[in-house]
Amino acid sequence: MTKFRKFCLILVGYLALAYPAIAVQPQERLSDPILEERARILSKNIRCLVCQNQSIDDSNATLAKDLRVLVRERLTAGATDNEIFDFLVDRYGDFILLNPPLKPSTYFLWYGPVIFLIIGVLMIIFIMKRRRRLPPEKPLSSEESLSLSKLLEQKDRN
Amino acid sequence: MVKALFILPFLIFFGVIIHFAVPIVKKSDPKLLPSALINKDVPYTNLPTLSNYKEGFNHADLLGRETLVNFFSSWCGPCRIEHDLLMEISRSKSIRLYGINYKDKPEAARNWLNELGDPFEKIVADKDGRTAIDWGVYGVPETYLVDKKGRVRYRHVGPLTEKVLEEKLMPLVQMLREKR
Repeated sequence: MTKFRKFCLILVGYLALAYPAIAVQPQERLSDPILEERARILSKNIRCLVCQNQSIDDSNATLAKDLRVLVRERLTAGATDNEIFDFLVDRYGDFILLNPPLKPSTYFLWYGPVIFLIIGVLMIIFIMKRRRRLPPEKPLSSEESLSLSKLLEQKDRN
Repeated sequence: MVKALFILPFLIFFGVIIHFAVPIVKKSDPKLLPSALINKDVPYTNLPTLSNYKEGFNHADLLGRETLVNFFSSWCGPCRIEHDLLMEISRSKSIRLYGINYKDKPEAARNWLNELGDPFEKIVADKDGRTAIDWGVYGVPETYLVDKKGRVRYRHVGPLTEKVLEEKLMPLVQMLREKR
């Protein structure tokens, strides 16, 4: 076996050992798979306020862990998803949601792209209309075609 | 009309630039979040005392007078930075100062207070950090100003500084006292 092959085999072996690192600890998980699944989905939408660009599902911060446990406790107690989100928003504000809620202060955030799309479409329509209004191009005059053929000839000679 | 439409994207673009440039120029830290509890009732706080130490406080104790409530922990580095200032506040008696010991070992907390001094009038211990979550704590140290009706009026995240104390907290306390 060549050295290279050996190297490749070892590399593949190591890669087989690698698995995605998740922050959720085994002892945090709920025994009920349906509730656990809901907990995972909820946690992916809750911001870890310590790291701020990670969800509590991804984060290793202690507060994230505490919140994961809290979410699971509430789920076990029969809380709905919205009740859990409300509970957290009451304490930490909307910022804890990775998906900003639709309300007057976020209208621009949600509807802004649509507004820009409309502006873009309007601009295209205006440009097209103006193009149509331009007079059609005139054919070349005899003088112009003569000088054009001269130029082309010159280019060919070069 | 058409011209205005062409200028609009540039105006919006510069608006966005200014919007994002202001915090950078002012060097404000985007990690510091406003509290969701401002002008709301202080969360129900009924915690045990820091064991073998001194008197704690219950929820009713938070009413009646303006109070600074400080979340601290012996394992928290920045808490050490603000400690001298807390001692100074305690000495000046300008405002009542309560402590909530966050997710700490009682022994470590007692050692910390014995070593660095104890600025708090009363202390309770939040061992599992659940009450802290009710307060919206996301990083110790955090300091809350509670008015005498028991509403949260200000929250500072991170070590308290003289600047925050003099420019934000004490003027607010003054205003609350004058309003009576």
